[in-house]
Amino acid sequence: MENPLRVELTETAEELLRKLTAIHGPLMFHQSGGCCDGSSPMCYTAGEFRVGGQDVKLGDLKVAGIQEPIGFWMSASQFEYWKHTHLTVDVVDGRGGGFSLESPEGKRFLIRSRLFTDQEWQILENQPVPTGAN
Amino acid sequence: MTDYVAPGQSGSKVTFKPRYDHWINGEYVKPDSGQYFENVTPVTGKVFCEIARGNAKDIDKALDAAHAAAKAWGKTSATARAIILNKIADRMEQNLEMLAVAETWDNGKPIRETIHADMPLAIDHFRYFAGAIRAQEGSLGELDEDTVAYHFHEPLGVVGQIIPWNFPILMAVWKLAPALAAGNCIVLKPAEQTPASIMVLMELIADLLPPGVLNVVNGFGVEAGKPLASSPRIAKIAFTGETTTGRLIMQYASENIIPVTLELGGKSPNIFFADVAAENDAFYDKALEGFTMFALNQGEVCTCPSRGLIDTKIYDKFLGDVTKRTQAVVQGHPLDLATMIGAQASNDQLQKILSYIEIGKKEGAKVITGGEQADLGGELSGGYYVTPTIFEGNNKMRIFQEEIFGPVVSVTKFDGFDNAMEIANDTLYGLGAGVWTRDTNTAYRAGREIQAGRVWTNCYHAYPAGAAFGGYKSSGIGRENHKMMLDHYQQTKNLLVSYSPNKLGFF
Repeated sequence: MENPLRVELTETAEELLRKLTAIHGPLMFHQSGGCCDGSSPMCYTAGEFRVGGQDVKLGDLKVAGIQEPIGFWMSASQFEYWKHTHLTVDVVDGRGGGFSLESPEGKRFLIRSRLFTDQEWQILENQPVPTGAN
Repeated sequence: MTDYVAPGQSGSKVTFKPRYDHWINGEYVKPDSGQYFENVTPVTGKVFCEIARGNAKDIDKALDAAHAAAKAWGKTSATARAIILNKIADRMEQNLEMLAVAETWDNGKPIRETIHADMPLAIDHFRYFAGAIRAQEGSLGELDEDTVAYHFHEPLGVVGQIIPWNFPILMAVWKLAPALAAGNCIVLKPAEQTPASIMVLMELIADLLPPGVLNVVNGFGVEAGKPLASSPRIAKIAFTGETTTGRLIMQYASENIIPVTLELGGKSPNIFFADVAAENDAFYDKALEGFTMFALNQGEVCTCPSRGLIDTKIYDKFLGDVTKRTQAVVQGHPLDLATMIGAQASNDQLQKILSYIEIGKKEGAKVITGGEQADLGGELSGGYYVTPTIFEGNNKMRIFQEEIFGPVVSVTKFDGFDNAMEIANDTLYGLGAGVWTRDTNTAYRAGREIQAGRVWTNCYHAYPAGAAFGGYKSSGIGRENHKMMLDHYQQTKNLLVSYSPNKLGFF
């Protein structure tokens, strides 16, 4: 079995990311927690949000038509509670969400989740996740 | 026909303008870009007004106005400022129903709540800080016979405030009242989901504040919030929201070396010890109500009691009773007085809640009641409604660890005091908690053991001014709703004075 991905994109998310890249340049995600617009992935221009040793990178999202992969980050403490789930970044109609780049488009990124299969988890369980300190 | 007439129809308590500009220097100012965005009521999902789409230039214009007003406002007497705050409170009270309908229409929450909770609390908040600033005194320290240290409270100057959408007016007032009382000028950025009701309030109190003291710039977070939070022209930024934006705001603040106050939410445990069910009396009834508070404000409260921890000794009985009580929560048109739960504030919020209900099921949590979107029929079919939902599972599940911000509670059992504390504290957050017991010793020990800024003891979701509110752990920095918030909006000036004619001794 190939190395399973921890995070993936829906086609509509890819489409929106292409649009946002054309406007803003290279992008990144940081998954939020807490209230209000928490539990949503925040999309920023790459480097806008300073990641550090307390953040982990769940993946580099590759999107057709975008040169730079889009890093998907989360705080390490939050990851402890999320690590057994596979994430898919989707898009819904909506408004707002911190300083995330998609709000002016009338869209909101949204996480859909499923549990990793036993087979996937066997591979991922002991696999280290890179931190922002690396 | 609803108890209160919907805005846009004749006889409504409030008339929204078709379009709102920014509020800068005591008047409406058109957005620099000339652009507006549509504002939707979550009650029906329909657009009801347009809102100025602010950008960095609008923020700068508002900061110009605030800085121009800051010197004079900072030098007004505490008495003068207190009188103004009291006048604002009186004006709001005289127009309470109008503000309540505006708030319900913008946010989706029941009119019963805006009339009896949101507006009265906001009004009282102004009065509380009017009193607090009158009573505040500096201090002096007699360091020796001829040397005195005087400590004066001085305003910070111009501050930025970014407001959430769950209590648009009340959360704004939690920040406005202490900042104004302390003598600061403000640039405020409402949430783009709920930008209209605060404009109704601005218009209502326009003549009471000098121009430039309070400025409101609407717009999207990335276009208006970010330039405000990162501006070198603010002396402090206050934010209520979530962790990633909270960190970003601290990052910007670090670049400008300014203080922040942050309220970033939680995943609050509501703990029911076995003795609550010792009798079937008024207290037991109160505890059942306390459990159902997860549905208050559609669960869109930073301190939503979204984890129900029930003593294993009473688990089945208590869960059965609270399930019945939860099913009795009346969901309906937000403008009807009987309605206890209204609409979620936005479509994306609705979608997020539904995605969490999905992951809860996938993780093996059991839906005890609810668990679905509600279609209330008629014009409400376009609105964003969720049935109050009880999940049963364990504390490692994601629905126990992330604030869904919807009417969803995740229930688990505990075995003994230590186990209850262990589960309660097994979370990244520490904003609120509830403890229910007839035993005062248990209540005290639990209250001190739980790592949260607010532990409601035999009550929940009360927010009186005078009780400090703020988070432990990842829930934020600072304490609102209490006179100690004045400290977050003031500098300390120390005059160290020698009354001795004799030289210090260098010569």
